[in-house]
Amino acid sequence: MNLAVKDIRHNLGRFALTALGIGLLLMIVMGMGGIYRGIIEDATLLPDRIGADFWIIQRDTRGPFAELSRVTPNLVHRALAVPGVRRAREFVYHTIQRERGGKPLRVAVLGLSWPIDKGEWIPLTAGRPLGQNHFEMIADQTLGFQLGELISLGKDTYTVVGLTKSMISSGGDGIGFFTVADAQSIQFDTAGEAIRLERAAREARGEHSEFVTKQPSLLEQAVRPAQELPAIARPQISAVLVSVATGVDSRCVADIIAGWGDVSVYTKEGQRDLLLKGSVEKIRRQIGLFRVLLTLIAAIIMALILYTMTLDKIHSIALLKLIGAPNTVILGLIMQQGLLLGLLGFGIAFAVGQRVFPMFPRRVILAETDLFQLGMIVLVISVASSFLGIWKAMNVSPNEALS
Amino acid sequence: MKNGFAIQTEILTKVYGSGNTEVVAMQEATMNVSRGEVVALLGPSGSGKSTFLTAIGLINPPTSGRVFIGGQLVLEGSRAYTNLRAFRRKHLGFVFQKANLIPFLSALENVEIALEINGSSHRAARIRAMELLDYLGVGDRAENLPSMLSGGQQQRVAVARALANHPSVILADEPTAALDSQRGRQVMELFAQIAHEQSAGVVVVTHDHRALDVFDTLYEMEDGVIRKQSEVVAS
Repeated sequence: MNLAVKDIRHNLGRFALTALGIGLLLMIVMGMGGIYRGIIEDATLLPDRIGADFWIIQRDTRGPFAELSRVTPNLVHRALAVPGVRRAREFVYHTIQRERGGKPLRVAVLGLSWPIDKGEWIPLTAGRPLGQNHFEMIADQTLGFQLGELISLGKDTYTVVGLTKSMISSGGDGIGFFTVADAQSIQFDTAGEAIRLERAAREARGEHSEFVTKQPSLLEQAVRPAQELPAIARPQISAVLVSVATGVDSRCVADIIAGWGDVSVYTKEGQRDLLLKGSVEKIRRQIGLFRVLLTLIAAIIMALILYTMTLDKIHSIALLKLIGAPNTVILGLIMQQGLLLGLLGFGIAFAVGQRVFPMFPRRVILAETDLFQLGMIVLVISVASSFLGIWKAMNVSPNEALS
Repeated sequence: MKNGFAIQTEILTKVYGSGNTEVVAMQEATMNVSRGEVVALLGPSGSGKSTFLTAIGLINPPTSGRVFIGGQLVLEGSRAYTNLRAFRRKHLGFVFQKANLIPFLSALENVEIALEINGSSHRAARIRAMELLDYLGVGDRAENLPSMLSGGQQQRVAVARALANHPSVILADEPTAALDSQRGRQVMELFAQIAHEQSAGVVVVTHDHRALDVFDTLYEMEDGVIRKQSEVVAS
């Protein structure tokens, strides 16, 4: 006869509510683990997927995901000239905030190096990669754009030609993929009045310049668009992504480029580590500690519940001892209830979490390893929590059945 | 079994506390109960009856003295010569003033559990438990939880549980307190019948003087001292 099941059957409502409570608590622990995993996944998504062996970034910076990095576009050609380099791509990355439907809309703008990178590596859920150098974008579905929708950013309008799922920046913003030219156009979008004022200021500065004194016709050039003036550099890019040829040691190539005085080089792993130890480190640790704390709280609550459940049965346990029930019967009664409570709690946590977590603003990733780890923790908690009840049961005297 | 006694006690003494708070609950209590004998233990509240019963029931060991069950030395003072819980399971049956049934088990399961913890298979336990409940007139309430039974029905289920493993000793503490006189007498007669049929020694602590004719021997206890009633009368 299974006494644990008989007792549960007798107090089914209370047990079900207790299991639900434990389940919801475990769901929070599970969710914390999922948020923790999601932050890591989001942070490392781009370095993992973009398919570069190493990143060339502004000297002494930590790259575009950690801070502002600016390098000249011609760095692409310099990199391509290094023996062993198969491909070098421009990379532009910045975040913008606009309004959409009265609500703030944050977009992580990522520029792809057209035409060698049309976004074929991006996992699309609908649509296609970029098909032209301008006015097309691929958007993550968290941005709320529809396929074919026209989105105005700056002075231009972009057509959403592809949709992605879970392409999120380390800050949790959905990524919009454009060509580098469009990404820069969005980044350096300036109002007409500001352009006119800058040209006027340029002209004013020129009037006091020694060059203009010697050659007054130069002043006429000052009011021309900036991109037509060789003295003004082209807009800078965030980084250059380098892929090496098959069979070439990427470390050797990276060492060569790292020797240049104006840039720093990070491998994919280096960039990944930088992200994890840099921008997301504090939040990662905070959530990790919070998760540990919640696990401890869950353990304490489960122990108290099992202890209370044992106290409720203490007379029956004394009676069982009185009529000669061996300790294994009493131990089984408490331990089985503890395990069942843990198992049901875990099941409820998983089932409810599956429905609730997708509604969270940031990704909650329930990795199999995390679920297995939590399952083991719940198992240990269930057994350990039972010990308090078992200790109480072992110490009860059969005499108490007579009181 | 080495002799014809179901229970033998030798000068059992139970002392609670020490120094100024010392209380002697039982003093040199000696009793012999033969197989098939039904013994009543009478006495006022606080006389030490329950202390004596729990001592021979191997629940609350005496401070000194010896307890033999079925001729086997089981307790000498607080020293146990066997696993007391296992011994209780195999040889003793208990009935209390309150039925003391496990609330989350049905009447049938309350009897079954006593059999199963003693090694009976589930099927055999079920058959035996049902036989006992039928025998005690509560077979039709077998599937009911204790909370759905009357006091008398609960007490009969408790008796069935006590009898389940064919114990050589049955100990009952005020078993008829919750029953009307007719039911009370039925229970007492049942004990006598079982004692005679199964050669079990039965000790019943009772205040109920209406069914004393059922018992083979009467003992009286006062201030922790046991005497046979004939001795009481003679003194």
